[in-house]
Amino acid sequence: MNKLKILIILLLLFYSNKSFALIEVDITRGNLKPLPIAVSPLFQDSKSKKNFKKELNIEDLGSEISKVIENNLKTSGLFNPLSKDAFLQKPDIAHLKPRFEDWALIKSQALITGKVLIEKEKLKVEFRLWDVLAGREMLALAFTTVPSNWRRVGHIITDKVYERLTGEKGYFDTRIIYVSEEGPKTQRIKKLAIMDQDGFNTKYLTLGNELVLTPRFNPTNQMVTYLSYFKNLPRVYLLDIETGIQEVVGDFPGMTFAPRFSPDGKKIIMSFAKDGNSDIFTMDIENRIVERITNHPSIDTSPSFSPDGKYITFNSDRSGYQQIYIMKSDGSNVKRISFGKGLYGTPAWSPRGDLIAFTKLHKGKFYIGVMRTDGKGERLLTENYYQEAPSWSPNGRVLIFYRETKSNDKGEGFSAKLWSIDLTGYNERLVETETDASDPSWSSLLSN
Amino acid sequence: MYKSLLISSGFHVFIVLLSLLTLPFIAKKPLDIPPLVSVELIQISDTTNIPFAPKAKKIIEKVKEENQKLLSEQAPPKKIKKDQNKKVKIEEKKDSISEITPKKTPTPENNKENVKKEKLEAIPLPDQNKEEIQIREETKQKPSKEINDDVLKKIVETKKPVIEDQDAKQVSEFEKEEIFDPNSIAALIDKSKEDLAKTNKKTDKISQSQDNSMDFSKLTLSEEDALKAQIFGCWSIPLGLPYNENLLVRIKLKLKPDGTLIKSEILDHARMNMPGQGFYKVLAESALRAIQLCQPLKVPTSGYERWKNLQLNFDAREMLGG
Repeated sequence: MNKLKILIILLLLFYSNKSFALIEVDITRGNLKPLPIAVSPLFQDSKSKKNFKKELNIEDLGSEISKVIENNLKTSGLFNPLSKDAFLQKPDIAHLKPRFEDWALIKSQALITGKVLIEKEKLKVEFRLWDVLAGREMLALAFTTVPSNWRRVGHIITDKVYERLTGEKGYFDTRIIYVSEEGPKTQRIKKLAIMDQDGFNTKYLTLGNELVLTPRFNPTNQMVTYLSYFKNLPRVYLLDIETGIQEVVGDFPGMTFAPRFSPDGKKIIMSFAKDGNSDIFTMDIENRIVERITNHPSIDTSPSFSPDGKYITFNSDRSGYQQIYIMKSDGSNVKRISFGKGLYGTPAWSPRGDLIAFTKLHKGKFYIGVMRTDGKGERLLTENYYQEAPSWSPNGRVLIFYRETKSNDKGEGFSAKLWSIDLTGYNERLVETETDASDPSWSSLLSN
Repeated sequence: MYKSLLISSGFHVFIVLLSLLTLPFIAKKPLDIPPLVSVELIQISDTTNIPFAPKAKKIIEKVKEENQKLLSEQAPPKKIKKDQNKKVKIEEKKDSISEITPKKTPTPENNKENVKKEKLEAIPLPDQNKEEIQIREETKQKPSKEINDDVLKKIVETKKPVIEDQDAKQVSEFEKEEIFDPNSIAALIDKSKEDLAKTNKKTDKISQSQDNSMDFSKLTLSEEDALKAQIFGCWSIPLGLPYNENLLVRIKLKLKPDGTLIKSEILDHARMNMPGQGFYKVLAESALRAIQLCQPLKVPTSGYERWKNLQLNFDAREMLGG
């Protein structure tokens, strides 16, 4: 009888076990469509409006800041800012408490609202990011700065929104240094120029008397290293953007070129060429101690540190053709990583550490591509007549490079423009510059 | 002796096998049950979303009551509006001076203020809807003056079961189970014979939930494909996630028969606050958005018991790492 009871209990357990089984469904795919987002114009009261008009000669600063945010989000390719014409709620009310149904109605999944005002002669901007579908606030911050700095506030807001919605740091509060070019191809005037990543606030750092090439930002501060001519020899220069002080890095008996900073910003890594041989050296900025990294009878150039500073990637023709190599930061364990057809050059290690960007020349065409640090997973992102020198955005998602067009025999029709492309390879955009431009380098985030 | 030993050992082996196959704690690994934390807690700064704050409902009700009192006292409505407007303006000024952070600690005053603001914006409050429903019910139940008590009784007697039937039609089987009150068994027994017969018929039938031949752990391939295809379209994968990390978000859903969401709960909730796992929150939120966007989910038309609780495993690694 007892055994029967046990049997019944066990059978009941068996039964109950089945009835509680939870159905699981694996969702392994999604869409990569840009996220629909509504950027409501930032609200400003009438008093602030007058102040903005007086100080900045801008009628509606709230709208202008929202346009900066909107443009940034759009260029990222990850967001689809919705047309303001479709907005049903006024900015002031939306900032207090959005009617989520109204925003969901226009298919928005996220909403940015905000308010601008002048307080004690300072610009105060507050913003909120809302999850429309969940009906929740996701982020709320306020910034205070001088009124003339309003564009930067727009960039910082975009960075915060981008980080909150994508999971990686933004790259909007950054600047780009490049070589501004003017005149016919045979007589180009090249100047160092710097601008915001969206092409605004361009400033020229040199007068154009000397040729300048390959400017590179220090990842930790506002120092720049570049190549210019000193005593008719190409030399590596250091320039402090904030003070305007520039100096030659070392006095080598040959020519130095292709400079780049180490991730901690304390060293410069560059090529030094003499008697047809080119090797890689580092120099400590503070004590000026020079250290040889490679020693090979071939052309080793375009060095770039890994973000942890433990490895260096460079290109070399030691195998007979120009290919990409990596080595330890002391020059040991040199290993070739590019094995595809064609020539590989200008490797740049991603700030994320996972990829190396490069320029590839194959069958007369130039490609910008990426590969993993072991050389596998090569992906060519864009192809053109002539393009090179990719530089990473600080979050390692976007590459900026320059592209040249063909000129005729007289040197006419030639142009050089900056372009950006993201890792998907689909979001390719022209970066507007005042003049022709080449050799871009992306700064790190100005505000961390 | 030998025979009985064989029978005994055989029986023991049978029992052990039976328990191994059936007892959940032996047959399977213990279910990974993470701490049960509601989804609402996952979202940040819900403190500034007053209507979702637990205290907000009470405050809204209070304000409603106050307003009703004012109305019943026949206070001039214009005056009230003016007062409210003034208050809002003052509070707006206060807001503009203060930082955003003070909003994180909502005082009842703040809540009231927001409620009033909402009223000015004519945002439909849930309580307003409730009021409307209540009014409708009252009008339904209100007997006309012409009908005398006897007639009324008759109407009530005849109408009541009809109303109950209507309710019963509207409420699903699942909800019936929820509504079932063991204390009212006696009342249920008092039901008509027809009802008893109906329920007997129902219990005699083998429902899908009771059918042992069904595979309880899966949807059919076509059912699963329909659901997957729907969610694929709704899920915008955040592209910035580190694809080398574990990008699996498991969400447990409780669904209505029509596929709309009753409750969603993120399993592995502990990962949200782990250092270096900030991306997980972004991923989880994107998955929740996808579910919200896809509502009602394309669930099978039958077998509600089978899929009323559903677990969706969102894995972004294939998309991002590939």
